[in-house]
Amino acid sequence: MSVFTLAQEAREALLHKELAELTEHHRAHCAEYDRILTASGFTSAATVADLPWLPVRLFKNLKLKSIPDDEVFKVLTSSGTTGEVSRIYLDKAAAATQTRQLGATLQTVLGRKRLPMILVDSRGILKDRRSFSARGAGVLGMATFGRDHAWALDADGEPDVPALRSFLEKHGAEPFLVFGFTYLVWLHLYEVAREHGLDLSNGILIHSGGWKKLVDRAVSPGEFRRRLREDTGLTRMHNFYGMVEQIGTIFLEGPSGGSLYCPDFADVIIRDPHTWAEQPVGEPGLIEVVSTLPTSYPGHVLLTEDLGVLDGIDDGDWPGKRFSVLGRLPRAEARGCSDTYREAS
Amino acid sequence: MIELQRLREAFRTSLDLPPDAPVDDLHYQDNEKWDSLAHMSLVAAIEDEFSVMIDTDDVINMSSFHEAMRILGKYGVDFDA
Repeated sequence: MSVFTLAQEAREALLHKELAELTEHHRAHCAEYDRILTASGFTSAATVADLPWLPVRLFKNLKLKSIPDDEVFKVLTSSGTTGEVSRIYLDKAAAATQTRQLGATLQTVLGRKRLPMILVDSRGILKDRRSFSARGAGVLGMATFGRDHAWALDADGEPDVPALRSFLEKHGAEPFLVFGFTYLVWLHLYEVAREHGLDLSNGILIHSGGWKKLVDRAVSPGEFRRRLREDTGLTRMHNFYGMVEQIGTIFLEGPSGGSLYCPDFADVIIRDPHTWAEQPVGEPGLIEVVSTLPTSYPGHVLLTEDLGVLDGIDDGDWPGKRFSVLGRLPRAEARGCSDTYREAS
Repeated sequence: MIELQRLREAFRTSLDLPPDAPVDDLHYQDNEKWDSLAHMSLVAAIEDEFSVMIDTDDVINMSSFHEAMRILGKYGVDFDA
């Protein structure tokens, strides 16, 4: 069953109702959030775009949760590039929902069977099981969707060609899953597969993690797809965009490539970084992400520090908005917008 | 009862519990040994032990020993035999 089914009008009607209820729920259960909304003068929202957003950075500065301490089941952390850490508080229900919805989203392209799986990473990232890095947690979360896992990198982080060869001998003739962070896939799978003539044509690649390191090497998303297809035979590739502050919600690249799509329980709004007005298709701006999954913390409407652009609405592989991520907003500008909130709170 | 013993043994081995540890009331992440990493080992151990291939949804839903029994029932494992 797909979670990419709702056309834009129906999606907004559904999300508007659910997100407005979540806004009230979080106001009632998170004093900090209520204070911020009161300071901003918010009363009610006529549309999804009218809902008050929090800058994603706020989760690094404030402890924002809508559940009592004794119901905290899991605290997720992510370290940004500056070393500041976001803290996301989940109760049991929220933890179960996010896992289930992530599962439903990925099963749209993977099917319900767990496929043999290559993890483009090193087993070593899971060594300290008391404190996984964000990367380790990401890899482990994805490992659920596979079986007979093979690691593409050895303990030293070097490509493990014998491991890849033996995986492909055993599983290469049937569909298999490949997961990794985009730049690791490029450096440690694409280049190795090309050099050693490995056939990845039955693979389904799921990858994420930003393009910056690849853009520095002059590899665009289009180039990434083209080179993988031509040199390794891989044709089924799905990039995704998501963040720990909206755990369980991912925006997934469609089968024909190029655009990211919103699952039925989420949406994006692109905003002019100067006026905050909603941008039309084709005009870049800051990405706001909305999702009904955050029930235990007020993360249902978030303004990211990423720049993106709408590629179209109800005109692609799946219904709803489709968009591309263009990169990060320069830091100085981003700081400006969360300071407003810091003062307000 | 044999099947039940095999499932208990799969739990003890993958969660690194002593041979006589009670497991019938275990819940995912309530026991500190049953974390997300151990969950993957557990699923692999159960698949090997019972020669089944468990779907993604069932891996996600396998949140207790009793739930594991229920799920394995769907795959034809008979715990009353």
